Amino acid sequence: MAAVEQVKTALAGLESAKVAATAYGKKGFHLDVGVAPDDVVAVAEIMDRAGFFIEAVTGVDWLGEQAAKAAEAKKKAEAAAKKAAEAAAAEGGEAPAPAPVKVPAPGPDEMEVVYDFSHYQETCRVAVRTRVLRSKPELATISAVFPGANWHERETHDFFGIRFIGHPDLSPLLLPEDADFHPLLKDFKA
Amino acid sequence: MSHLASDLHKETFVLNMGPQHPATHGVLRVKLVLDGEYIVEADPVLGYIHRMHEKMGENRTWAQFMPNTGRLDYLSALSYNHGYVCAVERAAGIEVPERAEVIRVMTVELNRISSHLLWFGAYLLDLGGFTPLLYAFDDREQILDLLESVTGSRLTYCYFRFGGLYNDIDDNFVTGLKAFVQRLRSRLPMYHTLVTKNIILMKRLKDIGVVSADMCRRYGATGPVARGSGIEYDVRKNEPYSAYPEFDFDIPVYPEGDSMARYMVRMDEIEQSLRIIEQAIAKLPEGPIMAEKAPKIVKPAPGDYYQAVEAARGSFGVRLVSDGTNTPYRLKLRSPSFCNLSLFAEASQGMLVADAIAFMGSLDLVIPEIDR
Repeated sequence: MAAVEQVKTALAGLESAKVAATAYGKKGFHLDVGVAPDDVVAVAEIMDRAGFFIEAVTGVDWLGEQAAKAAEAKKKAEAAAKKAAEAAAAEGGEAPAPAPVKVPAPGPDEMEVVYDFSHYQETCRVAVRTRVLRSKPELATISAVFPGANWHERETHDFFGIRFIGHPDLSPLLLPEDADFHPLLKDFKA
Repeated sequence: MSHLASDLHKETFVLNMGPQHPATHGVLRVKLVLDGEYIVEADPVLGYIHRMHEKMGENRTWAQFMPNTGRLDYLSALSYNHGYVCAVERAAGIEVPERAEVIRVMTVELNRISSHLLWFGAYLLDLGGFTPLLYAFDDREQILDLLESVTGSRLTYCYFRFGGLYNDIDDNFVTGLKAFVQRLRSRLPMYHTLVTKNIILMKRLKDIGVVSADMCRRYGATGPVARGSGIEYDVRKNEPYSAYPEFDFDIPVYPEGDSMARYMVRMDEIEQSLRIIEQAIAKLPEGPIMAEKAPKIVKPAPGDYYQAVEAARGSFGVRLVSDGTNTPYRLKLRSPSFCNLSLFAEASQGMLVADAIAFMGSLDLVIPEIDR
């Protein structure tokens, strides 16, 4: 698996890259790479040098994920506080006044951009993912490295409103030419 | 005269090919900037039959999305059924009985032949030869009858289920299939003598629309387009799924990269698919066609999953994101013609309009699958 090793070595030099080998039989890809949005072009260049081809670029809207995480953290903290209070009561001591549970406020919502790469000669699929703020969905285009990404990025802009900085033409590809909506956003209402 | 000639300045003009052009096989518009008969710039305009299948997926259960998959590429709908069920089965960890897997392979390959036959007829129609279409449709009709008897539909199939099949095949189907394989075997040489060795066809396809292997890689081209450019890539071999590892077949590869090479790849693939079908008939195991433990309501574990299958036009990929509920959180469909068409703008520069028709036809585009 020369291409995989080449990619792994090259990605080790990238500070933001978190590389994880995944179980192919379960997930359908071999490498899962998380990077900072600033590094997507560098990663695309690495994939290009290793002889990969681009399968697709797409997005995932994680609206409400942060709130759900915060709610879960709060629930956990409350359960822990209740348990502590019960334990204190069971010991016969005076139950202390329940301290107000402190949890950090939910962070800003994010959108994920996923790049799928594959290889003609070797069986190797790599999913590269990065996250951008939902309120400011911007990152650099990789269409200069892989011209095939041009249409995929345009489609992602159509569906999610993610702006690819430096893209030659982000006009609607599949949506009507005057479309000002992004149908795959989770808060999109027809 | 000389001063007149020096006053001649080059002027380009814009020609819209489509959206209602017979050579685009559906509603695709290509904005051509022409210098005389030569293409300076080609800009495909998509989206005329965009239906937003991916959003539909988020609004229905995993099983309810099955009929949608048959409406992406209506010429090889079973491959798309297959890609989707494989993806969900992988995500939900459903095992498929062996008989069902073999029948899946058998019907998918039959569907691939029908898709290639339709392409063959329609492509020659584009090039100005009417008769081959009649021969191809004659054969294709037999496939549609066979598939109708087992799946219940002739075009937009919805035959597979998570964990198996909707319907078992019977003796009539097997007998009919055997007869069909024999029939097409005997007719393929006729196709070649009638069409492939035709000097007009050769002149129109040889060295027309040359796509290099590197261009395929940069644009993510797969299927017969990549294999016609000398790339030995077939998902059935590179990432074997379903029952394909048990079958013996070759991947036709032609290094020239021109329209003729893509033509030859598809014609050879028909033969290879016949080989697979013959083997499938011979080894068809007895047993159930549905997994006993297949859940009625599928709820894949949270996470994302990828599955690629080799459709008639190339690698069809499904990327699923599940949040553990009975509806998909996100469902991305990676369609092969979308990527194969994206290289048209670069590859068609400097080409004659008539050659561009021959080139575009050799890409075997199906527009509903591009627009989704």
